[in-house]
Amino acid sequence: MIYETNALAVAVFSLFVAAVLGLSFWLGRKATSAGGYFAAHGQIGWFVNGVAFAGDYLSAASFLGICGMIAFYGYDGFLYSIGYLAGWIVALFVIAEPIRRLGRFTFADALDAKFQSKGVKTAAAISTLVVSLFYLIPQMVGAGALVKPLLGLPHWSGVLLVGVTVTLIVVTAGMVSTTWVQFIKGALLLIFCAVLVGLILDRGLAVPRAADGATISAKDSARWTQTLETARDGAKLVNGAPLGADNQLDSRLRADVGTGFGSISALPGGVERTGPLGPISYLATFSQSTIVTWQKSEKTDAATGTRTATFTPKESTGDDLLLPGANPTFKGIRSPELSKKLDFFSLMIALFLGTASLPHILIRYYTVKDAAAARKSTVVGIAAIGGFYVLTLYLGLGAMTSGHLDPTDSNMSAPLLARSFSDTLFAIISAIAFTTVLGTVSGLVMAGAGAVAHDLLANVFGVVREDKAKVRVAKIAAIALGVGAMALGILFERMNVTFLVGWAFNIAASANLPSLVMVLFWKRTTKQGVVAAVLVGIVSSLAWVLTSADTIEKVYGYSAADAANLAFVPFSQPGLVTIPLGFVTLVAVSLMTRRNPATA
Amino acid sequence: MRHRRLDLVLFFLYCGLYAGFMGIAAFRQDWMAWPVLGGVNLAIAYGMGLILGAIALALVATLVRRGEGEGR
Repeated sequence: MIYETNALAVAVFSLFVAAVLGLSFWLGRKATSAGGYFAAHGQIGWFVNGVAFAGDYLSAASFLGICGMIAFYGYDGFLYSIGYLAGWIVALFVIAEPIRRLGRFTFADALDAKFQSKGVKTAAAISTLVVSLFYLIPQMVGAGALVKPLLGLPHWSGVLLVGVTVTLIVVTAGMVSTTWVQFIKGALLLIFCAVLVGLILDRGLAVPRAADGATISAKDSARWTQTLETARDGAKLVNGAPLGADNQLDSRLRADVGTGFGSISALPGGVERTGPLGPISYLATFSQSTIVTWQKSEKTDAATGTRTATFTPKESTGDDLLLPGANPTFKGIRSPELSKKLDFFSLMIALFLGTASLPHILIRYYTVKDAAAARKSTVVGIAAIGGFYVLTLYLGLGAMTSGHLDPTDSNMSAPLLARSFSDTLFAIISAIAFTTVLGTVSGLVMAGAGAVAHDLLANVFGVVREDKAKVRVAKIAAIALGVGAMALGILFERMNVTFLVGWAFNIAASANLPSLVMVLFWKRTTKQGVVAAVLVGIVSSLAWVLTSADTIEKVYGYSAADAANLAFVPFSQPGLVTIPLGFVTLVAVSLMTRRNPATA
Repeated sequence: MRHRRLDLVLFFLYCGLYAGFMGIAAFRQDWMAWPVLGGVNLAIAYGMGLILGAIALALVATLVRRGEGEGR
């Protein structure tokens, strides 16, 4: 697809970035001490902190990734919405209050509160850095995906734009500016997604037809199939002619039926258009409709190196698309073999347990004044985040039937859905989507900078002693993390952002949750047990992810069949094994060391 | 302490609902297809229920513990 620069989008985006940076520089005066820089002096109100939780948590994966997955495969993307929100129950009922009471600036503070051990601080800081880096990748990929339609610039420039803006936000005022950026972003995202869903319901569902009455269907597949050839030098041909403004991947479809990818071929009762629908009747009508999705097959000519992608229409019933198991990640659910369902169980457990283990979420508990405020802000966060995840189902299904999908890039589904209504809405939604990346990346960089400056350099190595020096070092660490995030965002361009976030949740849940829970609830926990559990959790989950079939196929570029043969582990999501492994490690090591706790 | 126990009861209640969802999705796909709410299938209704249920439990727990934990 070719995306043209949209002047309004540029204006909205520039306005937002200017406002955010202006706010950051203004707030910078209030964040000169470590307490101000790392925790906003604990003076953020619980409501603002709750909405900022939403701004922190509703990342590119939630907005771009989930909507894209639902738009391409149906219900499976909604599984992420359910898992992401359910994880907040762990945060509310198990983690929120104790974390606020035990900690000061970072996750390591809380974990180490009763031990005062350099080993625990080091392990927690390493874990924070690893999880933050893995979470940063999908955010930066999302930034690159957004900048294409927003500014008409290539992927790498979007990554750089976000990287530089976020680094400035974090360097100027730390947690103070990060909180307000996340508050504004969380509020804007919720409001405009609600508007978009209102428009989806008002538009209802319709069947696009060609002049001869035909609909896009699998029966006459030759008529509708589209091809995209990419030569070794990057030149592209669409259906045999050079790619250009007048010959895009969906141009032939638009000329024929007036719509692009993503449509309906039959509505219940044979009607052509439903008119406005309610939230329940929209889902009921969708389930009785026949939906056209697109299958992509690729082959490479060995002699010329030209890659040819062929897009063929496939008709599915709405009923089938509203059941789990259509996406390759979850297809094992529909298998009769238990072993093939393990990926699903593993991911759902990681999502449930991962939220309360994410370092950038945990540090937000230190920005409020007491345990009651921590709890209340979690409730506001759950309400805001839950409301958003309900909307994702409508956004995804709306995109699936909008006639505006880009079949080469699932991450673009939500912004392109907005374009199906108007260019103005597209500009606003794209700019807001961009802010989702800014908010989350700010939180991640902040968590990483705290781990380096406060945990490692100040508390473990003792090389930073003064308050102001700690803030200065944190700012330098933020710049380094920003640069690292930019490099990773460019490297992982083609990955679906939701898939990547699944990694981060697995690693966070495996490395952090066993220690967090046991420190709070098991008195025999020793510092050696905590260190061992964190390190075993990181290494085992990371090793599992990097040697799994999914990674071998999607990151290392092998075919699905080769990846299945080369994989070292039986399923791709590690949480089912590595989270219990963390608990077992902690209990075993604690029992072995409890009589001699001073030897760590 | 009493309220801490309430927290854990609500937490395990939600865990049970979440486990039930995973179990049905994995072992009883045909149940997920049942239309249960104005033509909306169980998969959607249960999923929405888990999201809205989390919000409801959070509100209940907060109302019960109003004022507790201030200044800590």
